[in-house]
Amino acid sequence: MGELLTVNMGPQHPSTHGVLYLELTIDGEIVVNCKPHLGYLHRSMEKIAENRTYIQFIPFTDRLDYLASMNNNLGFCLTVEKLLNIPVTPRAQYLRVIIAELNRVASHLVAIGTFAQDLGAYATALFYTFSDREKIVELFDNICGSRLTYNYMRIGGVSGDIPAGTEQIIKDFIAYERKQLKEYNELLTYNVIFLARSKKIGILSKEKALNYGVSGPILRASGVKWDIRKEEPYLVYDKFDFDVPTGGVGDSWDRYKIKLDEIEQSLRIIEQAIGAIPEGNPVSKVNRVFRGTGETYMRTENPRGELGFYLVAEGGFNPYRCKIRSPSFSNLSVLSELIKGLNISDAVCVLGSLDIVMGEIDR
Amino acid sequence: MISMLLKGLAALGFIAVSAMFLIWLERKVSAWIQNRLGPMMTGFQGTLQPIADTIKLLLKEDIVPNGVDFISWWLAPFFVTVPVVMAFLVIPFSAKWIILDLNVGALYICSVTSLCVLGIFMAGWGSNNKYSLLGGMRSAAQIISYEVPLLLSVLLVVMQAGTLSMQGIVHAQHNEWYIFKPHLALAFIIYFIAATAEVNRVPFDIPEAESELVAGYHTEYTGMKFAMFFVAEYTNMFIISAIGTTLFLGGWQGPFLPGIVWFLLKAYGLIFLLMWIRWTLPRLRMDQMMSFAWKVLTPLALLNLLVSGWFMVN
Repeated sequence: MGELLTVNMGPQHPSTHGVLYLELTIDGEIVVNCKPHLGYLHRSMEKIAENRTYIQFIPFTDRLDYLASMNNNLGFCLTVEKLLNIPVTPRAQYLRVIIAELNRVASHLVAIGTFAQDLGAYATALFYTFSDREKIVELFDNICGSRLTYNYMRIGGVSGDIPAGTEQIIKDFIAYERKQLKEYNELLTYNVIFLARSKKIGILSKEKALNYGVSGPILRASGVKWDIRKEEPYLVYDKFDFDVPTGGVGDSWDRYKIKLDEIEQSLRIIEQAIGAIPEGNPVSKVNRVFRGTGETYMRTENPRGELGFYLVAEGGFNPYRCKIRSPSFSNLSVLSELIKGLNISDAVCVLGSLDIVMGEIDR
Repeated sequence: MISMLLKGLAALGFIAVSAMFLIWLERKVSAWIQNRLGPMMTGFQGTLQPIADTIKLLLKEDIVPNGVDFISWWLAPFFVTVPVVMAFLVIPFSAKWIILDLNVGALYICSVTSLCVLGIFMAGWGSNNKYSLLGGMRSAAQIISYEVPLLLSVLLVVMQAGTLSMQGIVHAQHNEWYIFKPHLALAFIIYFIAATAEVNRVPFDIPEAESELVAGYHTEYTGMKFAMFFVAEYTNMFIISAIGTTLFLGGWQGPFLPGIVWFLLKAYGLIFLLMWIRWTLPRLRMDQMMSFAWKVLTPLALLNLLVSGWFMVN
């Protein structure tokens, strides 16, 4: 063994996906030890929740996983609705499903693009995926007036109905995106260099994944068929016909490929939902102010895995305690085990395939 | 003496203009590949963008980081740039446009272009930055490994032409470009791959791998020192394309158009190919790249040399 070198990768580094700071000990190019340091994006979200009313906290959930704001909104609103027994209108349920799945597609597109970028495919894949995502973002802009932090879901429904003509735009997008998925397979998925770089790199075994509490696409890539939309259906997910794709061995390539498969499944869900969307009010008649007692835990399938909110209410206008279980945090915890003994280049590849968002890790 | 001086100045002028043109072209090609427009604000289709960039770089502060090995850090940009300029000595732009037709031209240009690695390694070592050091080490390993198949494929051309002079090689392709002969077509492919690695282009851009090493060996350089690395990189691209054109594509020869036009067309065609590859493919890993050089390219080049040599003798 040669002389060991400590490299501080981050908090400012092109491929640490935000402000992650990895303290790498390297022997030549081989990573001997990796110590992730967190906290550069800490905004004490959970404490803020205790000092805001339930409605006031919805915009804050946008800033957790900022690539999937709609899904975070949804998770929090569902938790409050479960805690306080608030009904949701059928139309709102369908709208929520469509919007959440569209946001999942957008989020996975970012993940695919940045993963290709991490492997050194200069920006081309990134631009392709981002221009696809742009269509979804523009659609959300039309629906709720915002491009990144949507604040669209409300307790009891959604903030407003979708504008006329949105259904057609979504249908066009589905056809367009199916064509694009083929393009990604040609550009990346079966590219020889791409395969050489990501196959058999950072293999996460089924047992290890379960032990670390990994969830979402990364867990499914390791071969565990676990999707909360199937296991504990919320909203109207049980009415739709969709598959839960699983990967083979759980290497970086599987973690990438599963996102493409999930985009296809999300498109299927949107297609079915848009055909069956009922007429009615987009939000149920509820009080302006909520209060109640009790405690509840609700988990939803976010693009990155299992997002859970644990709420304790003691009769006040604000929750007494709000604990957020964020998927990226658990997913990141396997990183140092996965990259030990790998090359620096592979470490970047594994980190990219884990697809973390620092916003919800630090909260 | 004065004519040599003028020729040298012309070469310097060409290097500056060519590097600027290539930087503009790269931005435009990448933009076209990525469904966007690229620079549009400065001049027609952003043609003045490189000039604006140069002015910006000239006005930048020249930062000297703490703890640099000052001599090697300061000299590195020059060690990278000077061999690039020296290589222009023997490039035949047309039948008459060559500064000096050395009788060992092919040998000279190959030896001069491989000097660049010295500057890159000095930059990596002198910068007192771990990313730069890793980039410098990777670069040294890479360029030295790929030098072997590159020279072996050049050697085959020299055997075929029977001369080391660049003009002589062009004249030897009077009837048929070498790329149309099967064994030399293979040599061209080996040359092109090795040359891509030599100039650190994707998929061999491992020394400056942005997503891993920030910017590799030139992470710590600012202002004109950075610009010198940049110019050297793009001029190197031109040089390997010019060598490829001269050795395999018949140099300046071609019907109707004057020689210089043919030469530039072919050279920039090869550069376009490099850019196309760069904006499409991901990057290889260090060990994969090294094993590709030693286990695939070098044996293939040796075998090619041996078999075609045997046929030439008989």
